[in-house]
Amino acid sequence: MPFPVSDLILIVPELFLTAVALGLLIYATVVSREKEGAIAWMALAALVLTGVLLFVPFSSVTSLPQIGFAGMFAVDKFSLFFKILILAAAAVTILFSLRFIGSSPYPGGEYYCLILLTTVGMLFMVSGVHLVSIYIALELMALSQYVLAGYFKQETKSIEAAAKYFVLGAFSSGVLLYGLSLVYGAARTLTLTGVAQALAASPKAPLFILGIILVACGLFFKIASAPFHVWAPDVYEGAPTPIAAFFAVGPKLAAYAIFARIFYSGFGPGSADWTVIVAASAALTMVVGNVGALMQENVKRLLGYSSIGHAGYALMGFLGYGTDFGLPALMIYLASYALMTLGAFGLVVMLETKGYAGESVDDFNGLARKNPTAAAAMLVFLLSLTGIPPTVGFIGKYYLFTSAMKAGWFWLALLGVLMSAVSLFYYFRIVRAMYLVDGEGELRWKEEPAVSAAVIACLAGTLLFGILPQPLVSWAKACLLN
Amino acid sequence: MNYPIWLIPALPLLGFLLNGLASLLYGAAQAQKRGEEWRKAHPDEGHGHDHGSHEAAHGAHDSHDAHGHDHGHHDTGPMLPWALRLFHGVVGVGTVGLATVLSFGILVPYAKSVMSNVEGARPIVETLYHWIQVGGLSIDIAFRIDALSALMLSFVTFVGTLIHLYSVGYMQAEAGYGRFFAYLNLFMFSMLMLVLANNLPMLFIGWEGVGLCSYLLIGYYYDKDFAAAAGKKAFVTNRVGDFGMVLGIFGILALFGTTDFSFVDMARQQQMASGTPLGVYAVCALLFLGACGKSAQVPLYVWLPDAMAGPTPVSALIHAATMVTAGVYLVARCSAVFLLAPDALTLVAWVGAGTAILAASIGLAQNDIKKVLAYSTVSQLGYMFLACGVGAFAIGMFHVFTHAFFKACLFLGSGSVIHALHHEQDMRAMGGLAKKTPATHLTMLVSALAIAGIVPFAGFFSKDQILGSAFAGGHYILFAVGLVTAGMTAFYMFRLYRMTFSGTYRGTPEQESHIHESPLTMTVPLWILGAGSVLTGFLGLPEVFGKNLMVEFLSPSVGKMHAHEVSHATEYLLMAVSLAVAGAGIFLAFKWYTGQDAKFTPGAAPEDIIASPAAHAFFEKTGTLGKVVANKWNVDEGIEALVLSPFRKIGTFLWRGFDALFIDGLVNASAFMVELTGDLVRFFTTGNVRNYALTFVLGVLGFTLYIWMR
Amino acid sequence: MITLTHYVGLSFLLFSIGVTGVLIRRNLLTVLMSIELMLNAVNLNLIAFSRQLGDLNGHLFAIFIITVAAGEAAIGLAIIVSLYRLKGSVNLDDAAEMKG
Repeated sequence: MPFPVSDLILIVPELFLTAVALGLLIYATVVSREKEGAIAWMALAALVLTGVLLFVPFSSVTSLPQIGFAGMFAVDKFSLFFKILILAAAAVTILFSLRFIGSSPYPGGEYYCLILLTTVGMLFMVSGVHLVSIYIALELMALSQYVLAGYFKQETKSIEAAAKYFVLGAFSSGVLLYGLSLVYGAARTLTLTGVAQALAASPKAPLFILGIILVACGLFFKIASAPFHVWAPDVYEGAPTPIAAFFAVGPKLAAYAIFARIFYSGFGPGSADWTVIVAASAALTMVVGNVGALMQENVKRLLGYSSIGHAGYALMGFLGYGTDFGLPALMIYLASYALMTLGAFGLVVMLETKGYAGESVDDFNGLARKNPTAAAAMLVFLLSLTGIPPTVGFIGKYYLFTSAMKAGWFWLALLGVLMSAVSLFYYFRIVRAMYLVDGEGELRWKEEPAVSAAVIACLAGTLLFGILPQPLVSWAKACLLN
Repeated sequence: MNYPIWLIPALPLLGFLLNGLASLLYGAAQAQKRGEEWRKAHPDEGHGHDHGSHEAAHGAHDSHDAHGHDHGHHDTGPMLPWALRLFHGVVGVGTVGLATVLSFGILVPYAKSVMSNVEGARPIVETLYHWIQVGGLSIDIAFRIDALSALMLSFVTFVGTLIHLYSVGYMQAEAGYGRFFAYLNLFMFSMLMLVLANNLPMLFIGWEGVGLCSYLLIGYYYDKDFAAAAGKKAFVTNRVGDFGMVLGIFGILALFGTTDFSFVDMARQQQMASGTPLGVYAVCALLFLGACGKSAQVPLYVWLPDAMAGPTPVSALIHAATMVTAGVYLVARCSAVFLLAPDALTLVAWVGAGTAILAASIGLAQNDIKKVLAYSTVSQLGYMFLACGVGAFAIGMFHVFTHAFFKACLFLGSGSVIHALHHEQDMRAMGGLAKKTPATHLTMLVSALAIAGIVPFAGFFSKDQILGSAFAGGHYILFAVGLVTAGMTAFYMFRLYRMTFSGTYRGTPEQESHIHESPLTMTVPLWILGAGSVLTGFLGLPEVFGKNLMVEFLSPSVGKMHAHEVSHATEYLLMAVSLAVAGAGIFLAFKWYTGQDAKFTPGAAPEDIIASPAAHAFFEKTGTLGKVVANKWNVDEGIEALVLSPFRKIGTFLWRGFDALFIDGLVNASAFMVELTGDLVRFFTTGNVRNYALTFVLGVLGFTLYIWMR
Repeated sequence: MITLTHYVGLSFLLFSIGVTGVLIRRNLLTVLMSIELMLNAVNLNLIAFSRQLGDLNGHLFAIFIITVAAGEAAIGLAIIVSLYRLKGSVNLDDAAEMKG
C-alpha cells in the first residue's frame, strides 16, 4: 500500500506530539527530581501547540475532508471536534497533576510522557477510517493507560487497578479483534467505506451480525457501558486522581468517536439493527450507573458510577442514526460532560493533600464554610451533572433526550429523566456534606493556582455554554460526519 | 416603548451577587481566623487525616433537638459588625424594592390598557436571545407580561419587599445574616424568573431555583438535625413532583410542538400537533403532579409543615405567599390545556378539596403556632386547586392573591409573637399577648378574620366565590367539603387567636417581664399587610355586586369553564351560609378557648391546658351536663369523648397515621427498592477480575441471543 | 481437503479456550497466556480469510496484532512483577481489595 510522502502533512500535529513525548522521555532520564515540573510545562506547551497545528492550513491541505495513507487516516471536521476536546482534557489533566505528582514519591517524567502518548493514541483513533489504523491507535492509548493506572506502584490500590484494567482491557481487545476478523471475512476489506458497501450487499450474513455484536461489545467496554462497565469504578478509585479524571473523559471521547465512525460510516448504511443493542445497553447502563452510585462513600468511585450513568445517556445519541439529531446531540453532550466531569474531579484533586485522603464524601463536610468559592464551584458542577438549567449539563441532556424521542425511543428518554431524578440523590449527598454538615478540624485544603485555573476554566465553560449554548451547538453541528 | 422587563429579575440577582460576595469574603476571613486559632490550640498536629479525633474548630454548638422549633435567633457565631449588617440590609431590601418599583411602573399602565380594552390587550413579550434551537424548535430567553403574570408579579414583588424589610429586624442577631439575605435575594430572582417566563423550560428554571432556595433556607439552621432533615424531606418530595413536571413539559412539546406559551392559544383553538384525549389527560396529570409537589397537595404535602424549621420570614415568603402558589399558577397558565381534558380537572378539584379538608382537620390538633399556619396554608392551597378544578381559574388566582396578603401577615405576626416570647412557639405557653403586643394583635386579628372568611375582609370574597363556583358547577359534594373546611378554618384560626392573645399569660412571671413589641421594621410590614387583608378583596367583588374586576382582568389569560347561572337569591343565600359556618367556627373557638385558668408545664398532656377551660365554659353556659358530672376530670372526659376527641383523633390519625405510616411508608418502600437494586449492582461488582470477565461474557452472549431471537 | 470452515472452526475453538482460561484461571500469568490464545485465534481467522480472499490486508493486520501483543505482554508482565512485589503473589483473587 504505497502512499505519497505528501500525506505526512496530514499527521503533522500527531507527529509533533509523538516527537515531543519521546524527546521528553529522554530528557526525563537526565533531569533531577526537583526540575521535573519543567517537563509538565513543556508537555502542556506541546499540547497547546498541537492544538494550533491542527488549524494551520498546509499548502496541500486546503479543503476538508482529506483522506491519506491509502484510506487509513482522515482529517475531517468530525475528528477536529474530538481532537480539540481530547487535547483540552489532556491539558487539564496535566494541570491537575503538577502538585499531585510533584509531592508524590514517584518520578514525574514518564508520567507526563505517558499522558502525551495516550493523547497521541486518541488523536489517531478519532481520525482512523480503517480497521487496522483504528485498532493500533486504540492499543497505543490502552497500553499507556494500563501503565498510568498503576503509576503509584507502591500503592496496592493503584496496582490492583492496573492489573484489573489490563486483564479486562486485553480481554475486550481480544473480543473486539475477533469481531473485526469476522467482519473482515464477510466484507473482504478493512476500510470502513468498503465494509459499508459489502454490508449493503449482504446485510443478513451471520458472520457480519456476529462481528457487529462483538465489535459493539468491545467498544461498550471502552465507554464503560453496562454490562461491560464493572472495571470502571475500581479503576477510577485505584488510579491516581488526575488520571481517573483523564480516564473518565479523554479515552471515552475517543471511544465514542470511533463508535460513531465505525457504526455510522461502516455498519450503519447496511443495517441499522445494531441500534437495538445500543438501546438495551443504554437502558441498562443508566440504571446500573445511577443506582450503583447511590451508596458509594468514595467520591472517585461515586463519580465513576456517575460517569457510567452518563455513558448511558450518551449512548442514546447513537439511536438517532438516520435522523439529523442524534450525532450533534451526542457531541454537544460529550463536550458538556467533559467540562463538568473534569471540574468535579478537579475539586477532588484539590481536597487530596496526599495519598488517598480527601476521597470520601465526608471529606467535603463543611466545605461551604471553609472555602465557599470551592463549594459553590462544586455545586455548579453537580447541578450540571444532574442536568439542571442553566448549566451546560442541562443543554446536553435536553438535546440528547429530544433526539431519542425524535428517533422514536420514548421509553428510553423517560427512563433517562427518571434516572436523572435518581442521580440528584447522590450528587446532593455531596451538596449536603458541603452545606449542611459541620466539618471538623483544620481546613485540609491546598490552594493551588494550576488546579484552580483548570477548575475555573471548566466552571466558566459550564455556566457560559449553559446560558449561551449557541456557539457550542453550531460548532457541533458544523462538525458532523458526512 | 421598550419595556426593561429583564431588569426586574436582574436586580435581585445583583443583590444576591453582592450579598453573596460580601458574605463569602467575610466568611473566608473568619474561617482563616478560626483556622489560625485552631492551629494555635493544636500546635503538635500537622496535616493528619485522623479527623475523627479533631474537635470542632469553630466553637461547640449546643445541639437542641426540639423538633420543629424555629430557634429564631439561635447564634451560630457572633453578630456581624453593624456596617456589614447595614450593607446586607440596604442591598437586600434595596434591590428587591427597586424591582418592585420598576414592576409597578410597568404593571400599572399595562393594567389600565387591559381594563380599557379587554379583548385587545396583547401580552408584552421581550425576547433577549434564542437559548436552545433543535430542529425547528427554539427556546428563547424571553419575558412575558400578561394579565396572569402581572397579577403574580404584583404581589410577589410587593409582599416580597415587605418581608425583606421585616427580615432586617427579625434576623438582626443572626451570624448568617448575609447568607440569609443572599439566599432570599436569589429566591426573589428565581421566583421572578418563574413568573415572567415566556416558556415552560424557563419557568422550570425558576421552578428549580425556588426549590433550591427553599431547600437552602429550610436548612438555614444547618447545625440542627431537624432543620437539615426538613430540608431533605422538602427536597425529596419536590423531586417526585419535578419528575412529573419535566415529563409534562415534554408532553406539551409532543402535543403542540412548542413549549412557548403560545401553546395556550393553540389549545384554546384546539390546534394540536398530535394527541389523543388520553394523551392530553396524561400531560395534564403530569403537570398537576408537578404542581402538587410545589404547592403541597395530597399526597406530596408532607414537606410543607416540616419546612417551618426555616426562619419565620422564609415561612411567610416562600412557604405561604409566593413559592407554594407556583403550582396554582402553573395550572392556571395551562388552563386552556386542562379544559381540553375535563377528567384532569375533576382530578384537580378532588385532590384540592381532599387536601383542603385533610389539612384543616389536622390543623385542629396542632399546638405549635407555625404548624397551625402551615396546615392552614396547605388547606388554602387546596381551595385554590378546588377553584381551578371546577373551572374557575380566575377565582383560584384571586384566592392566591388575597391569600398572599393575609397569610403573609399571619406568618409575620406569628414571627413577631415568637420574637416577643424569645422563641417560644407552643401556643399552650402563650396567652394574654393582646395588651403586650398591640400592633401584632390587631394585624393578626384582621388577617384571621380574613382567612376565616368574614365579610368584608379579603378572604371572604375569594373563598365565597370558590364555594359559589363549585355550587354553580353542580359539584355539590365538593361544595359541602369546602363549606366544612371553611368552618374548621374559622375554628382553628380563632383557637390560635384565643390561645395566643386572650386571657392571661401562661408562662412564668420572669418570662412575662421580657415580652416586648417588635421593632418598627417588623410592625410596619405587618400594618401594610393587614391593610391588604382588608382591602384586596374589593378587587374581586362577586358578580352580584356588579363587575368582578379580577375575573375581567384575568379573562384574556386564563380559561373558564361554562357554568350554570345561579340566581341572585341563591348567591346571597350561599354567602349567608358560608358566613354562618365561619361565624359558628369562631363562636365555638371563643367559647372553648378562654386562655385562662392554667399554667403551662412542658410535659403536660394537651387536654390539661386546652380542653379544661374550654370544658368549663361549655358546661357552665349550658348547665346541663355540668351538674351530672361532678368533678372536672369527668367533664374533661365527657367533652373529650363527645366533641374534641373525634376531631382530634381524626386529626391525629391523619397526621400521625396517614403521614407517618402511609406517606413515609411509601417513601421508605421506594427507598428500599432502590437500595435493593443498588445492592444487586454492587453484588456484581465483587472486586474479582474473573467475575468481571464473566459479566463481560454474559453480556456478549446476552446481546447475541437478543439479536438471534428478534 | 481443509476448507475455510475448518480454519474458522479451529479459530473459534481456540478463542473459546482462551476465554475460558480468563474466566477460570486464578494465576495472572496463565490469564495473560489465555489472552494471547484469544489473539492467536484472531490471527488464524485473519490469515485464513486473507488466503481465501486473496487479499493481503488480513496478513498485514495479523502482523500488527502480533506486534501489539508483544507490547501488551511486556506491560502485562511489568504489572505482574509490581503486583508480586506488593502482594507476594500473582493470584488475581488476592487483588480484589476494591469492590462494590
